Amino acid sequence: MYNGNPLPKTLKGVLLLGFLFLYVPIVSLIIYSFNASKLVTVWGGFSTRWYVSLIQNDQIISAVTLSIKIALASATAAVVLGTIAGFVLARFGRFRGSTLFAGMMTAPMVMPEVITGLSMLLLFISMQQFFGQPSERGFFTIWAGHTTLCMAYVAVVVRSRLIEIDKSLEEAAMDLGARPMKIFFLITLPLVSQAIASGFLLSITLSLDDLVTTSFLSGPGATTLPMVIFSKVRLGLNPEINALAAITVLLVGIFVLVANYLMLSAQRNRMRAMAAAMRENDAPAPPGNGAGGAVATAP
Amino acid sequence: MMDAVAQPKTAAGAQVDEKPYLQIAGIVKKFGDHFAVDHVDLTIRRHEIFALLGSSGCGKSTLLRMLAGMERPTAGKIILDGQDITALAPYDRPINMMFQSYALFPHMTVEQNIAFGLKQDRLPKDQIAARVTEMLDLVQLRKFASRKPYQLSGGQQQRVALARSLAKRPKLLLLDEPLGALDKKLRQQTQLELVNTLETVGVTCIMVTHDQEEAMTMASRIGIMSEGRLLQVGTPTEIYDFPNCRFTAEFIGETNIFGGQVVVDEPHCVEIESAELGGRIQIDHGITGPKGMQVWASIRPEDVRLDRGEFTPAPNAARGKIEDIAYLGSYSIYHVRLPSGKVVKSVVPSSRWYEAGEEPPTWGESVNIRWRPDLPVVLTM
Repeated sequence: MYNGNPLPKTLKGVLLLGFLFLYVPIVSLIIYSFNASKLVTVWGGFSTRWYVSLIQNDQIISAVTLSIKIALASATAAVVLGTIAGFVLARFGRFRGSTLFAGMMTAPMVMPEVITGLSMLLLFISMQQFFGQPSERGFFTIWAGHTTLCMAYVAVVVRSRLIEIDKSLEEAAMDLGARPMKIFFLITLPLVSQAIASGFLLSITLSLDDLVTTSFLSGPGATTLPMVIFSKVRLGLNPEINALAAITVLLVGIFVLVANYLMLSAQRNRMRAMAAAMRENDAPAPPGNGAGGAVATAP
Repeated sequence: MMDAVAQPKTAAGAQVDEKPYLQIAGIVKKFGDHFAVDHVDLTIRRHEIFALLGSSGCGKSTLLRMLAGMERPTAGKIILDGQDITALAPYDRPINMMFQSYALFPHMTVEQNIAFGLKQDRLPKDQIAARVTEMLDLVQLRKFASRKPYQLSGGQQQRVALARSLAKRPKLLLLDEPLGALDKKLRQQTQLELVNTLETVGVTCIMVTHDQEEAMTMASRIGIMSEGRLLQVGTPTEIYDFPNCRFTAEFIGETNIFGGQVVVDEPHCVEIESAELGGRIQIDHGITGPKGMQVWASIRPEDVRLDRGEFTPAPNAARGKIEDIAYLGSYSIYHVRLPSGKVVKSVVPSSRWYEAGEEPPTWGESVNIRWRPDLPVVLTM
């Protein structure tokens, strides 16, 4: 757009303002987590006391544990169901009700969470009345709600990856004697593994910070981390929460950096290998197309 | 016209069985109201390399996919080695296919790719290993065994795909545009290599291509397809020398086609009055058709002679102006415009002028064209 010309000064200023708006709150939050004062807005010197008191706070520790448990469980379920749904959407072509299926699959993404949460709450209450199950709201009901939400995201990610993949790979496997079930596990699944992994991570983050649906579906004794933070903030800001947030930012940051590094290095290696293969190809072929030497140096 | 029973022989002279090995009978494939493949009958002999040739969308790939089992025919039968395989699933057919994109499994090494089909057959491990080694040697890729497909060049990938499709020793090998993904230089070198490999293995093979050079170099017989129909089947020589319709004549090589009516029809001589030529075309053999019938005569550019002398009106001759010359070293292609507006192509060896002690004709010069009466081919459709 700018053909490599330096950005005009005004644009640079706008950009800077935007980034400041986004990141100053996060940075100040981290800084104030090391505040010795109990007052959130007054700097009282450097201290790590809020980190210490965080570890000693049983309520927060149990909320974190529950949140992680629910995130892992619902991400796992979402990956299984979402992959199957994505596969059907991408590979089964048009069948009766395929449009309806696609629409219903993605509905949880666009539906207001209040509606989803409320309707699921009503479902669970009437289920309890008729079947006596689920006997109470808690881990299971939250897990079911999160799975519904995350599954839609996984299905979309997996479907778009499947559409990219050359269909003749699956046909070749079939041609070579593999039955459909085996093709799915030996060919399709490995090829979409990256999409499944990113769907899994996406589901974990979605589940970890979900507040609305969770509030509807949780019961006594099942309090997740966002719920704890939200209730604490309502009672007035607390530096402990700052410390908790700082730890979260740190963990997410490390996680993103590592994932990025792994992905980039994998891509770099691949590019290098491709370039090497092209170079070899350009080199003049040895007599007999490398037959003699090739056989002699076999592993 | 000739029905291709003249001794079919592959380039290396492998013996070809005369018994039908693969029979395709009345195969139809409809997509909606559109006939992708329209009543095709075809017989392939054992050890034959057969090429289906046609432009894109002519139905050749659909026919191939029906043989592989990826598409179910609307009607018709496919019989391979005495077994009706029409309704058999792809994974149950003794047929393997090499895909145009090669379809190598990117998450598997070369070795694992080749072993994939054998593992599906639950062969013992040592047998699989032995067969994989044999295949790697066949395509000379043994030192690349543990590489992933993306670590190979295009030509090497093609050889892996070939090895993988041959590993199960299929009764029939299908090649979909086998060299389509390679660049031109590599393609010509690979053509003969591929034929040699196929003949070493002795597999019966059907290939699909849109490249007539590829088909003529590699195949022992060719089938020309257009709009879902199989127009002509024959050896490359038969198809080139005796095309049975205008489509084939124009599709295979270059040709000059003159439309006209039969005016003289005798057992040993036919004359066609052609307005395009501005005269008569004389042919030294009879045809089966009534007088006045609309026919076309096809004359290959290499059969059209050029000379300068005085023009005397005669059959198989005309006078025109040179409009274009394409000098290609050992020969030139002259485009001669006749008074009717028709442009006739003539291929003239460069030595022709040198031997006659003449200067080659130049642009705008008037020349005579002529051909021998035994050379034109009469086409009725």
